[in-house]
Amino acid sequence: MKEITIISGKGGTGKTTLTAALGVLAPEVVLADCDVDAPDLHILADPEVELREEFAGGIKARIEPSACNSCGKCLERCRFEAITDEFAVDPFSCEGCGVCSHVCPEDAITLEEVLNGHWFISRTKMGPMVHAALLPGEENSGKLVALVRNQARVLAKKEGKSLIIVDGSPGVGCPVIASVTGADHAIIVTEPTMSGLHDMKRALELVRGFTIPVSIVVNKSDIHPEMTESIRKFCDAEKVLLLGTIPYDRAVIDAMVAKKTIVENANGPARQAIDKIWNRFRSTILQEES
Amino acid sequence: MIISVASGKGGTGKTTVATSMAKVLGSKAQLLDCDVEEPNCHLLMNPTIETSETVSLPVPEIDAEKCTACGVCGDVCRFSAIVVIGDQVITFPEMCHGCGGCSLLCPEQAIREVPRELGVVESGWSGGVKFVQGRLRIGEAMSPPLIKAVTAKITPDRISILDAPPGASCPVIRTVEDSDFVILVTEPTPFGLHDLRIAVSAFNNLGLPLGVVLNRSDVGDREVQAFCESKDIPLLMEIPHDTAIAQGYARGRLLVDSAPEYIERFEGLVGRIMDLGSQSLPQPSEAVS
Repeated sequence: MKEITIISGKGGTGKTTLTAALGVLAPEVVLADCDVDAPDLHILADPEVELREEFAGGIKARIEPSACNSCGKCLERCRFEAITDEFAVDPFSCEGCGVCSHVCPEDAITLEEVLNGHWFISRTKMGPMVHAALLPGEENSGKLVALVRNQARVLAKKEGKSLIIVDGSPGVGCPVIASVTGADHAIIVTEPTMSGLHDMKRALELVRGFTIPVSIVVNKSDIHPEMTESIRKFCDAEKVLLLGTIPYDRAVIDAMVAKKTIVENANGPARQAIDKIWNRFRSTILQEES
Repeated sequence: MIISVASGKGGTGKTTVATSMAKVLGSKAQLLDCDVEEPNCHLLMNPTIETSETVSLPVPEIDAEKCTACGVCGDVCRFSAIVVIGDQVITFPEMCHGCGGCSLLCPEQAIREVPRELGVVESGWSGGVKFVQGRLRIGEAMSPPLIKAVTAKITPDRISILDAPPGASCPVIRTVEDSDFVILVTEPTPFGLHDLRIAVSAFNNLGLPLGVVLNRSDVGDREVQAFCESKDIPLLMEIPHDTAIAQGYARGRLLVDSAPEYIERFEGLVGRIMDLGSQSLPQPSEAVS
């Protein structure tokens, strides 16, 4: 079984568009949407939810007002400025470390598990999918990502699927680290802009730090052809596989608006480029030794 | 006045809007790049960086001489950053949140705190614009404390423009929590709308006044406009797709430099936000519908 994670560094470069398209092209695949902050894959996958579970990853302190004598020890020791002057806990700042409960001489502080989000197993036209949604403003996205990946592995094993494609999140922080560690391969989707290139290099450095094989896809490659060419040269020099380039194509947005994947909805230049990427994917990434 | 530029979905044009606002405000503005995982404002603003400070988190180091392996630290730590197995105490500094519980509660005072580098905060100037950015160390998972170090540089004598990270979870909350107004930049697609709904819900929970800027406003559907209308969220500006703007951005050019007709529009945008930000009362919280 192979697990491929799609990330980007910069947001909005086309991770989900590519994930969904590969999902349709690949037989025997399990999809995992690990962009738990802003999950969009379900919009194209049109899932039928079979299982919905709560995700309680976080702990928050609670001060019982009747037991509190306002001594101020918790306020003094909390490093997250999570305790107000009126001795209430600000849930947006509390990290759930529990230091306040240890130093409270009145035992007025308890730690309570809080609901951070939900996760789902669904059937889709592409195959089974594990996805999740963090509640707005919540934390512990890394833990939820790990849970989704783990469930995807269990599902793939159970149903005899040989491939898992993970849709990651933008950036290089907590949820991205959680979505690439231990994956068999990472694909970085970028665009030929100064920000795209800058962020791709940071994502590449992250993935290489974990010694994960990596390849690059350049989306909207014709908005700045010279930069696409320099990314090509960069890949050559750094011995990174350039899996393919996708030209700007209005059909991509039209497909998204129709809530379809580009593979189902068009036969133009973007679609053809993605077919090529899929062929390359099969002949290179899927042949790598795990 | 603190104005955050956030989005829900990534790549919708937060940095484009934040940098052009800063540019038209000139010496009245301070631009703070809080997208510390992927800071991009510098690519468009070309600031001269004058100072760079390392930001770190205190993590435990065990003094083996004093440690009796009593296990208190392992019980106290809620982040699996210290584990006691038999007479061995093992630390996982990358898991630590820096709460200080272990060193505080160790009965032998055998734990001291040493810094783990999170990243850097850089400050400087881009013309008259005061510039600050955070840059997360590659491999570091924890961005919120670094974001806090960036927002600590806010100077009240200027209009502070904060370029937020994408999404709607803790790094975004850390960025916007003290803002007077949040601009949400989105695009007219199902992805843009879906992630906008999540962001609106998160910011309503914080009671922050909001407005929407719709980028590439003519390429998708009309659902974002309908949503804004139904939620009484002001649609502050529409930026139609323009190849010259996209190509300028690719080459590191500001929107107001690629399309100077936008200078006046951005001045109007700032004026409108100043009005809305000072008038708005906290909005009631609501769930994602």
